[in-house]
Amino acid sequence: MSTEIDISLTVNGERVARRVEARRHLVDFLRLDLGLMGSHAGCEHGVCGACTVRVDGKIVRGCLVLAAALDGARVETIEGVSDSGEIRDLQDAFIARNAAQCGYCTPGMLMAAAALLEESPRPSRAEIRAYIAGNYCRCTGYHAIVDAIAATAATRNGKAGS
Amino acid sequence: MKAPPLAYVRATSLADAFRLWREAGPDARLLAGGQTLLATLAFRLSDPGTLIDITRVAELRGISTAGGAIRVGALTTHAELGADELVARHVPLLAEAVPLIAHAAIRNRGTIGGSLAYADPAAELPACAVCLDATIVARSATGERRIPAGDFFTGLYATALAEHELIAAVEFPAAQTGEHAAILELARRSGDYAMAGVVAKARVAIAALAEPKLVFFGVGDGPVVARRAMAALAGKPPTAEAIVAAQAALDDDLNPASDQHGGPEMKRQLARVLLGRVVRRLSGTEEARAA
Repeated sequence: MSTEIDISLTVNGERVARRVEARRHLVDFLRLDLGLMGSHAGCEHGVCGACTVRVDGKIVRGCLVLAAALDGARVETIEGVSDSGEIRDLQDAFIARNAAQCGYCTPGMLMAAAALLEESPRPSRAEIRAYIAGNYCRCTGYHAIVDAIAATAATRNGKAGS
Repeated sequence: MKAPPLAYVRATSLADAFRLWREAGPDARLLAGGQTLLATLAFRLSDPGTLIDITRVAELRGISTAGGAIRVGALTTHAELGADELVARHVPLLAEAVPLIAHAAIRNRGTIGGSLAYADPAAELPACAVCLDATIVARSATGERRIPAGDFFTGLYATALAEHELIAAVEFPAAQTGEHAAILELARRSGDYAMAGVVAKARVAIAALAEPKLVFFGVGDGPVVARRAMAALAGKPPTAEAIVAAQAALDDDLNPASDQHGGPEMKRQLARVLLGRVVRRLSGTEEARAA
C-alpha cells in the first residue's frame, strides 16, 4: 500500500517515467509534473470538460482519472494534437469564427470536437450540440463553437467528396 | 478540490483483489472506472484511505453468451456496452440506454459494475437491470452469489452487496421474439442526470400488451417498479383510456422526494408523461400514438 506510485507511459508520443502521488489526477500530472499547461483544470469533478484529453485513443475527463492508474497508457493532449497537425483545420475554424472567447474551455472543446468528427463525420447541428453538452463554455459562446465544428465537418466532407 | 491523501494498489487477479481489500481495511474502496468515485473524492465526501484498482482484473472483463443470457463483465465500459454486437442483437435496450448516460468522455471510462454498485437513483443502468430481470453475479473471497436485480437495490445508494463482495458480471436474459423494450428520460441538457426516466418492456400481442413492466428512475430511492400502473395496462389494448387509467394508477406507485430539479408533483407529472410516451413507443399502434 503506497501513497507514491511509479508509472511509465507515453505522453504525446514521448516516453515518460515519474513517481506520482496516488491521489494526483491526470490533469495535475500533465500540468504540474510535465509542464503541459494546455489541458485546463476547471471544476475538477467531471462536469465541465475543460480537462478533456485522450487515453489510449479515447477522450476522457482528465480530472476523473488517476495518474497512478495509467502505467503503460498512451496519453495525448492538446499540445500533441496541435503539434501533429491532426486538428489544424478545426483550430483554424475556431479562429475564423472567433469560437474562443476567454479560451479556457477551448482545449477541451477541441478534443471533444475532434472525437465527435471521428465518430460521426457528418453530424447535424443538434448532434454537435448534444455532443459538446459535456463541455462548458462560461462565455456561452456556443453558437460560434457549433459553427466552427459544422464548418470543419463540411470542409472535410467536401474534400472527401472531390 | 483535490482528493484526500490516498494509498493506491493495483490488483492483478480476483484473488489478489480480495487479499488486498482485506489487508486495506474496511474503509478501502475498489477503483473501477472512477467516474463517480473520483468526483466524490474531490468533494472530500469520502476518505477511503486506500484505493484498490481492479481495472486490470481479467476475470471482470468481456461480454459473452451464457445459456439464454448475455453475460456482461463488470468492467465493461458504457462505450463498450453501446458498441457490442451481442448486446445490440440480444439486449437492444442496453444499446438504446447507453447514449443517455452522461457524455462520451465519461462513457469511455465508466463501467456497468460501478454504475450498479453505486446505485444512483437517477442512473439508467440500474433501472434497465431491474426491468429486464437481470441477475447480478456477485463474488467474494468465499465464492459466487447470484442476486436478482429486483432484490439488489435496497435503498438510496444501497445494494445487497455484503462487505468485501463485488460485482463480477451482470447477466441479462436475451430478448424474446415479440418482446419490446424502451427507455425514455427527461433531462435539462443532453448528458445530465434525468429529472425522471422510465424503462419499459412488454410482449406486444395482437392489440394488447402482455406482461408489461415499467421501472422508473430519478423519482425515488432507486429503480421504482410501477406495479399498479403495470396491472392497469396488463392484457389491455394500449388505448388512450388504458393509458389514462395507468397514469392514475401510477400515482400510488410513486413517492418522489424533492431534488434539485423540482418537487414531488413535478416528478409525478413527468412520470405520467413518460408513461404515456413509453406505452405508445412499445405498442406502436396508431390509436395509442394519437393519444
